[in-house]
Amino acid sequence: MEPFVTHTGIGVPLRRANVDTDQIIPAVYLKRVTRTGFEDGLFHAWRQQPDFILNIEPFARGTVLVAGPDFGTGSSREHAVWALMDYGFRVVIASRFGDIFRGNSAKAGLVAAQVAQPDVELLWKLLENEPGTEVTVDLTEKTVHARDLTVRFDIDDYTRWRLLEGLDDIGLTLRHADGITAFEAGRPKRLPTTSPA
Amino acid sequence: MGAARTLAEKVWDQHVVRRGEGQEPDLLYIDLHLVHEVTSPQAFDGLRLAGRGVRRPDLTLATEDHNVPTTDVELPIADPVSRTQVETLRKNCAEFGVPLYPMNHAEQGIVHVVGPQLGLTQPGTTVVCGDSHTSTHGAFGALAFGIGTSEVEHVLATQTLPLRRFRTMAVNVNSADGRLRPGVSSKDVVLAMIAQIGTGGGQGYVIEYRGNVIDNLSMEARMTICNMSIEAGARAGMIAPDETTFAYLKGRDRAPSGAAWDEAVAAWLELRTDPDAAFDAEVDIDGDTLTPFVTWGTNPGQGLPLGDRVPDPATIYDEHERVSAEKALAYMGLEPGTPLRDVRVDTVFVGSCTNGRIEDLRAAAGVLAGRKVADASACWSCRGRCGCGSRPRRRASTRCSARPAPSGAPRAARCAWA
Repeated sequence: MEPFVTHTGIGVPLRRANVDTDQIIPAVYLKRVTRTGFEDGLFHAWRQQPDFILNIEPFARGTVLVAGPDFGTGSSREHAVWALMDYGFRVVIASRFGDIFRGNSAKAGLVAAQVAQPDVELLWKLLENEPGTEVTVDLTEKTVHARDLTVRFDIDDYTRWRLLEGLDDIGLTLRHADGITAFEAGRPKRLPTTSPA
Repeated sequence: MGAARTLAEKVWDQHVVRRGEGQEPDLLYIDLHLVHEVTSPQAFDGLRLAGRGVRRPDLTLATEDHNVPTTDVELPIADPVSRTQVETLRKNCAEFGVPLYPMNHAEQGIVHVVGPQLGLTQPGTTVVCGDSHTSTHGAFGALAFGIGTSEVEHVLATQTLPLRRFRTMAVNVNSADGRLRPGVSSKDVVLAMIAQIGTGGGQGYVIEYRGNVIDNLSMEARMTICNMSIEAGARAGMIAPDETTFAYLKGRDRAPSGAAWDEAVAAWLELRTDPDAAFDAEVDIDGDTLTPFVTWGTNPGQGLPLGDRVPDPATIYDEHERVSAEKALAYMGLEPGTPLRDVRVDTVFVGSCTNGRIEDLRAAAGVLAGRKVADASACWSCRGRCGCGSRPRRRASTRCSARPAPSGAPRAARCAWA
């Protein structure tokens, strides 16, 4: 997982509340066997409409999504985070997130930045009035900058630390690789293995 | 040491690689990781993307499972998604060196049947699989639970999982003579429990089933109970290992033998819950009053004794439960108040991971002997494990699919046999 310190990219205003994971990526895409390549499924139903924000330049090249409250509720599918990242998003800004979505984001390296709703409204206006505005998200300072607007965001310290260090769950555990090796040395020899006889 | 502990707590403590500090979870070692084609492809792909390997292929076992058709196993799988998943598993196992039992292999079968029958599932071990019904293995006194795909990847890479401690629940099942009434089986015990605590009543708990009724159950019946712990929302179900467990395991392919067997039995006996250990919750089930249960709806909490009637949703207080009951009755085409005994049987399916064991097949054969399947009903039977040359084929006339048609009671009764 790549460490995340700061990121600058085009902001995309998504004026919708309660965007659930089935809207982010419909269940039909869950049958795939790969971990990547889900960008075509992102917001699949909405992208059939020509006036949907991601069908309009320069928003189509956006990397920072600014969404309404309760983003990522519903089914626990991790594909929702993968689809956003495969499309190119590195940050989602919203005033509230679905719990499981927030957890899945941390695991995959997507920043779920919690911003007060009045500040979300300010960002929406700015991005709509000046399409293509670049937004800078600074994880060290926990701030979002766009033009002369600066707002603070919340993220828990543990998630922030692992994003800054670029540690996914496996990376976190492998910091204790010596402990795992020591544990293995102490396992009783009688325990079974699956090796072909 | 010193403090009294439950079975689940002892197994947990024996597998802690590292205690979590503060809010951190414990890091737990996994003794056996069962893998199948549905929940593993993206885990292997994740390893590939990160340049990681499988830490312990010798503690990992893959079997083709969910997508294996009931019939025509010798033909290519018709459904393209299913076929792709099976082909991807074969490719991944070859690339990462994971042992695989493909379709038509002597040991291929439902993952939760293969582990016990090979003797891989042993008391006091930790067992995980990307399938909720992994709790089945708890019947041996193993701590066994289902995991998601990212956890599958985590176990493949590290042979460990970061986990927060579960709460413990005792479900005590006792009767005057330690037996269940005729026609009452282990599945009725677990359905009665779910009806008592609800489909969410076990959430966050590891359930330990105890009492004289449990002591007298076969391993097959214990597996059924532990399997269905998930239907109560529990993370896992467990039963303390005893002579029944040891008799099942002895001589199995991967069970210890000789001096190692004696050492193992001594260690397994130590796992039993200490007499003064406390559970976070306790539930009592009266084995003397249990009758066969049937489910009238679409979730396992919607069950009632066979002598009861289809419930009237209007009498259900909880709104969520009431709406759920209305939908279920509409789906099932049932009228409130109908005696459950009067509901016509459309399909009989003898199979699946709780109902495809030799004991289930014998019970079905006992009912079928001398009878025929009614014209309006369909009966399907399929076994949980191929086991060419092993018990099912010899003793209940089942077979591997490529073999000649079986004879005996099921076939004579016009039962489709796969």
